[in-house]
Amino acid sequence: MSDVIRLKVKRQDRPDAEPYWEEFALPWKPRHNVVSLLMALRENPVNAKGERVAPVVFEANCMEEVCGSCTMIINGKVKQACSTLIEGLQQPITLEPMTKFPVVRDLLVDRQRMFDALRKVRAWVPIDGAWDIHVHAPRISPREWELNYDFSRCMTCGCCMEACPQYHPGSQFIGPSPLGQAWLFNNHPTGKFSAEDRLHALMGPGGITDCGNAQNCVRACPKEIKLTDAIAKLGRQTTSQMLKDIFSR
Amino acid sequence: MAAKKPRVIVVGGGLGGLWATIRAAEAGLQVDLFSLFQVKRSHSACAQGGINACLDTKGQRDSIRQHIIDTIKGAAYLVNQPPVKSLCEEAPGLIRTFDRMGVTFSRTPEGVMDLRLFGGVKNKRTCFAGATTGQQLLYAVDEQVRAHEDAGSVKKYEWWEFLSLVRDGAGRCRGIVAIDLKTMETRAFAADAVILATGGLGLVFGLSTNSTNSTGAAASRCWQQGARFANGEFMQFHPTAMPGDDKHRLMSEASRGEGGRIWVPRDPKDKREPAQIPEAERWYFLEEWYPAYGNTVPRDVASRAIWKVCRDLKQGLNGQDLVYLDLSHLDAKWLRTRLGGILEIYEKFSGEDPTRQPMKIFPAVHYSMGGLWVDWEKDEKTGAMKQPSPRNHQTNVPGLFACGECDYQYHGANRLGANSLLSASFSGRVAGESAAAYVKGLGKTLAAVDAGQPAFADEKRRQDSLNNELLSNRGDENPFLLHKELGELMRTKCSIVRDNKGLDQALSALGELKSRSRRMKLDDTRSWANAPLIYARQVQDMVVLAEVIAKGARMRDECRGSHWKPEFELPIPEGKFPGDPEFEEYRAKWKRENDKWLKNTLADWTPDGPAISYEPVDTSVLPVEEPRDYR
Ligand SMILES: Cc1cc2nc3c(=O)[nH]c(=O)nc-3n(C[C@H](O)[C@H](O)[C@H](O)COP(=O)(O)OP(=O)(O)OC[C@H]3O[C@@H](n4cnc5c(N)ncnc54)[C@H](O)[C@@H]3O)c2cc1C
Ligand code: SF4
Ligand code: SF4
Ligand code: FES
Repeated sequence: MSDVIRLKVKRQDRPDAEPYWEEFALPWKPRHNVVSLLMALRENPVNAKGERVAPVVFEANCMEEVCGSCTMIINGKVKQACSTLIEGLQQPITLEPMTKFPVVRDLLVDRQRMFDALRKVRAWVPIDGAWDIHVHAPRISPREWELNYDFSRCMTCGCCMEACPQYHPGSQFIGPSPLGQAWLFNNHPTGKFSAEDRLHALMGPGGITDCGNAQNCVRACPKEIKLTDAIAKLGRQTTSQMLKDIFSR
Repeated sequence: MAAKKPRVIVVGGGLGGLWATIRAAEAGLQVDLFSLFQVKRSHSACAQGGINACLDTKGQRDSIRQHIIDTIKGAAYLVNQPPVKSLCEEAPGLIRTFDRMGVTFSRTPEGVMDLRLFGGVKNKRTCFAGATTGQQLLYAVDEQVRAHEDAGSVKKYEWWEFLSLVRDGAGRCRGIVAIDLKTMETRAFAADAVILATGGLGLVFGLSTNSTNSTGAAASRCWQQGARFANGEFMQFHPTAMPGDDKHRLMSEASRGEGGRIWVPRDPKDKREPAQIPEAERWYFLEEWYPAYGNTVPRDVASRAIWKVCRDLKQGLNGQDLVYLDLSHLDAKWLRTRLGGILEIYEKFSGEDPTRQPMKIFPAVHYSMGGLWVDWEKDEKTGAMKQPSPRNHQTNVPGLFACGECDYQYHGANRLGANSLLSASFSGRVAGESAAAYVKGLGKTLAAVDAGQPAFADEKRRQDSLNNELLSNRGDENPFLLHKELGELMRTKCSIVRDNKGLDQALSALGELKSRSRRMKLDDTRSWANAPLIYARQVQDMVVLAEVIAKGARMRDECRGSHWKPEFELPIPEGKFPGDPEFEEYRAKWKRENDKWLKNTLADWTPDGPAISYEPVDTSVLPVEEPRDYR
């Protein structure tokens, strides 16, 4: 039992093709993680029936849980494959692509929608230009830093989006991670200057009111980013922005 | 209708490529940005420890001059000094710009940027954002590029791989051929200039601290099309990585900068738990050998010391290639805020808590000081680099620029920690500005008319036929296994300590690997998201690049920085210091050695393998008088 690793992968040849399950058995090795296992598999891609098949397609880069690329559903839970060690996983290990994003092939999905959302909420600090103006940004207290740093570690991995019941291909909801980023830039001493633009982007359909407050997102985030805190604060910000808009009309 | 904007292609979306994109866009160019995946996932996100800039906010009287001296000496003098001068002088301005972009740099109680100590220096000069500095810097420029994308001046081609340059009849670089990694369609793109920013080449050594994007394949492709490669033999081994079968995970130099200590039990047979071993029975060999710098000696020095302890003295933990990197004497809560990012990595992958137990580490392939040769223009008035100038960061191929880890400019024979996030950002900025100056000099935009030229169709056809040859599966070599073989060969023969016999063996083995890499068999021949095909192409180009590294190493008969051949070692006389006759005799010999070897290695592609030549180094800022000495 312990000298093999049994693996069940949900595969799909093309975006428009039907998915199918394929099983594999690989030799056990200490300290394997899910990515290193897929790397071992591509060297000798033989399925459980003994047929040589095309290697499983997946995405990974950093191999240490900072780039966010290798997110997939492992034994039913969404997480990073590179930092998921095989020891301790129930077998057969099932690997599935995330369900909230279009599948490109096998475990590889296209998360472009998340990046488009970052653009929509204008998740950046507007600057005059990328040259020296001979002053720093305003001071930031260590406490404020800690809050902001928490959010700036968001690697657009998609775990929170996968976990969120309100976010799916059929919904317009922008999703938890971009909301967290909108809050981050609203909380920056100069990013604040364009807070109104961000808030306006979050009003209306697909915006912040679509959040059902299910709290799944926080629990799924590998970086334990306090998404619901940000969503609550943003909710208050958009409400007061709405009132401001009404009275300044 | 408005006149057509000139176009520039940027290949690579790490720190270097994104800085180049921003500055080119700000200069009014239209930018096409290519990357293997969403640029936010680039290897730069891995950088942990920090970025150097002399801010002098720690009461240590730090100076830019000292940053320049540390960098040049750290590089064992093998570096053109005027560009280093510019790099260090402009670092504080670059950091201020990052700060304005919103980078979450760690703060002092007063709310200003904090600084930490790094290796090879005596002053606190490293700005940091917890232990995820690279991620934070990368995200800041990623966000700024998104703003430019929103404004329409940047178009991203993510999940596209660069395959080759398009050069016109006059040899100018006019565009690229790239492949869409989903549809597998190849396409030629025209531009007025091309900036390559494709990162490092750690994967040539199989296992390294690098992300999987660091194959060096793109640089290799440019080299095979006529761009020069410089100083390939200088490969940095980082002293403290956690060995693994899939990757050697780095434990940042910041861990030592913040007080971490390296040791082994004095008695190699000592089987006690580390916490049970009393101080007196621990051997802090770096502190003993290098009292002036202790645990924060430069990386080449630290890696060789660990190598010596494990390989020559057989003092590694349980006889293995491992030593302790100990943080357990430091306050756990404080460690979490300063080094949280790496503590988590160690915990996740080893299951042990480094605030309670020392980490087990060994040196690993980490950073390529070598890279594509790039030009620079000297400002005779200031002695630094003249800016802007179309020559800066331009390769010998007109119209092709290089920046970031894929160029060779700033680190010579050994890079100082936290200097490469700096050089990647700085060189990206400069390359963007230089490309803009170059395009302006062309006087007109050629991109629009170029696309129809035969050079584009020809190059696309050449790339298609290379792909088709692989897909026709005439061979029997497995690309993944071949890559493993390549890595093992390079890690054993081109390692921390090298010898000519081993390098000769490496060169002949590489010749064989090269011909075997032409006979591959792929387990996937489909025309949609075919990862093995792409991998096979990368492996072919990695083998070719490995030859450049090994040949440069074979020809350089000396010890300098990361390149170490004991046969030619010139040791500092033990217990002797400047002024002692023995030391002065050593200094004279060292100078004679520099007359012979203080020169950059240049490699040119030929059908029979790399042709090596040398070029002198500009030493106009810091005369070559003081040997490196960290005792
Ligand atoms: C673990 C680790 C920690 C580090 N810590 C520090 C530190 O604390 N301080 C420091 O100063 N330095 C550090 N470094 C070094 C530093 O991170 C790198 O040198 C630097 O980030 C390189 O940036 P880059 O822009 O050149 O390349 P990368 O960030 O590697 O980006 C390369 C880009 O090129 C693209 N690309 C590659 N090939 C192709 C192709 N064929 N076609 C299209 N696109 C392509 C990729 O998609 C990617 O976008 C560290 C390095 C490692 C490995
Ligand atoms: S709180 Fe619930 S509904 Fe709102 S973003 Fe999080 S998971 Fe989605
Ligand atoms: S908030 Fe967390 S889970 Fe969501 S994308 Fe960012 S890092 Fe991933
Ligand atoms: S490979 Fe980067 S997060 Fe897993």
